[in-house]
Amino acid sequence: MSTFAADSVGLVEPQIAEISQPLNLECGRELTAYRLVYETYGQLNAQANNAVLVCHALSGDHHAAGFHSKDERKPGWWDSCIGPGKPMDTNRFFVVSLNNIGGCGGSTGPNSINPDTGKVWGPEFPLVTVRDWVRSQAALADRLGVERWKAVVGGSLGGMQALQWTIDYPARVAHAVVIAAAPRLSTQNIAFNEVARQAIRTDPEFHDGWYVAHNSIPARGLMLARMLGHITYLSDDAMAEKFGRDLADGRPRFNYDPEFQVESYLRHQGQSFIDRFDANSYLLMTKALDYFDPAREFRGDLVSALKQAQARFLVLAFQRDWRFSPQRSREIVNGLIAAGRDVSYACIDSTLGHDDFLVPTASYVRTFSAYMRQIARETV
Amino acid sequence: MSLRADLAIISEWIAPGSRLLDLGCGDGALLAHLQKQRQVSGYGLELNIDNVVACIERGVNVLQTDIDAGIGDFADGSFDYVVMTQAIQVVQHPEAVLRDMLRIGCQGIVTLPNFGHWSTRLQLLLKGRMPKTANLPAEWHNTENIHLCTLNDFEKLCTDMGISILKRTVTDSRHRQGRRLLPNITGEIGIYLLERKRC
Repeated sequence: MSTFAADSVGLVEPQIAEISQPLNLECGRELTAYRLVYETYGQLNAQANNAVLVCHALSGDHHAAGFHSKDERKPGWWDSCIGPGKPMDTNRFFVVSLNNIGGCGGSTGPNSINPDTGKVWGPEFPLVTVRDWVRSQAALADRLGVERWKAVVGGSLGGMQALQWTIDYPARVAHAVVIAAAPRLSTQNIAFNEVARQAIRTDPEFHDGWYVAHNSIPARGLMLARMLGHITYLSDDAMAEKFGRDLADGRPRFNYDPEFQVESYLRHQGQSFIDRFDANSYLLMTKALDYFDPAREFRGDLVSALKQAQARFLVLAFQRDWRFSPQRSREIVNGLIAAGRDVSYACIDSTLGHDDFLVPTASYVRTFSAYMRQIARETV
Repeated sequence: MSLRADLAIISEWIAPGSRLLDLGCGDGALLAHLQKQRQVSGYGLELNIDNVVACIERGVNVLQTDIDAGIGDFADGSFDYVVMTQAIQVVQHPEAVLRDMLRIGCQGIVTLPNFGHWSTRLQLLLKGRMPKTANLPAEWHNTENIHLCTLNDFEKLCTDMGISILKRTVTDSRHRQGRRLLPNITGEIGIYLLERKRC
């Protein structure tokens, strides 16, 4: 008897790919070998032309759908969109989700052992970029026998990886689904990231990144960074609707304990992040975001960059998203049009903001599903 | 499903292999037809999410866009044709949209319901109420069609804006087309191929 919903992928088990081919990083350094942890949902067909790569965002990992055990309380982070009958329909597609290098979900990252020193990498782990990730994902594709992805899909930082895929490996991507992303960060985005980094780096427990050796974690810094992030994930309206501004006691307590609901929410989000995320990984991920700019290789011209692509695109934005606003998605769309590429775009009327890409809003699911159904019908 | 009469006529006007932008593309019927029959590429603009989904389902590029909010993002001369079928009466600023159409496209194609048709004239004359037709069934207060006009009105606007009408045809209630007597009275739908007058 299954204990999972009919549209759940059910129990899943992470797998490991040890890649022994060196990875030359954009920063000039090299990873001689690395490990990628990943999960797959659905079956790769005989022609190997139904594979979909899911790229995770800032705080995501390989566990995108289903459950690791019957007791796991929450499914993978994108369970709303992966499963039988869901947009990434596992009856049709072979869905692959990995933890990126530099992350803390088990793939090679700051908490892995540096083969040169025999000690944990810590802050000496190289700053990896979106391009580096894409290259490592291509190595995983080789390993899995996927010559060409039917689609590369991602939200936020994940969408940026999907975009980079189409530019760096044009022949290996048939479709890209780029959700709640931007062609590069705005100055304001970078500013928020810098505050998050400073929160971590100035925590006395950070020890210049060697906190593991000191048997501690920069918990306060990591918590602050996450709280700040969560402010940008929700729209002003959504916060007002969700939490209001009622005082817990109906009148001021005149102290600093949480008494507005939003204070408790942010503290909870920050607190729970400490248990599941690594500070060095967070720093590195925010830098990858800041550096992302596929146009840079093309003298700042996004259109030239996008002319490399052969894929067809679906670009989705969310009305209330102010972290990567619909206008930013339109920049991608306009670039694609100018580059003469096939693209469809929808701006989903939703309430939450950036977080909406994880929520199965009806019009979002319909649009996303329609696209995936349509590409599943293609025989190539 | 057979193509709507005005769309079938337009399809004949479009050169094979051209690039087309369809303003208010609905469910994407025109682009889907042209993609298959005439190797046309392009994009549809549509606001309604149900229509956006319908376009995606049939493999038509669609950009969810509020035409009233402006189509200024599109570069000058970036399309062979900019098409707007039975949508000019819905937009806030028809004149601005027309100007943009002929800025973005080398040629423009417009189809519009003719409010000068004898049946609408008769309704107004005899009943003294705002006319309703099969194409325009809404009441005056809840209609999306805020800029209804006659073919003569439209042609005057083109003249005022320095737009050349390269081709014009009308269809009647039985979707028969062709040159006919008194098009502003007998035509239900006007179909125009437009070009900006060269100075």
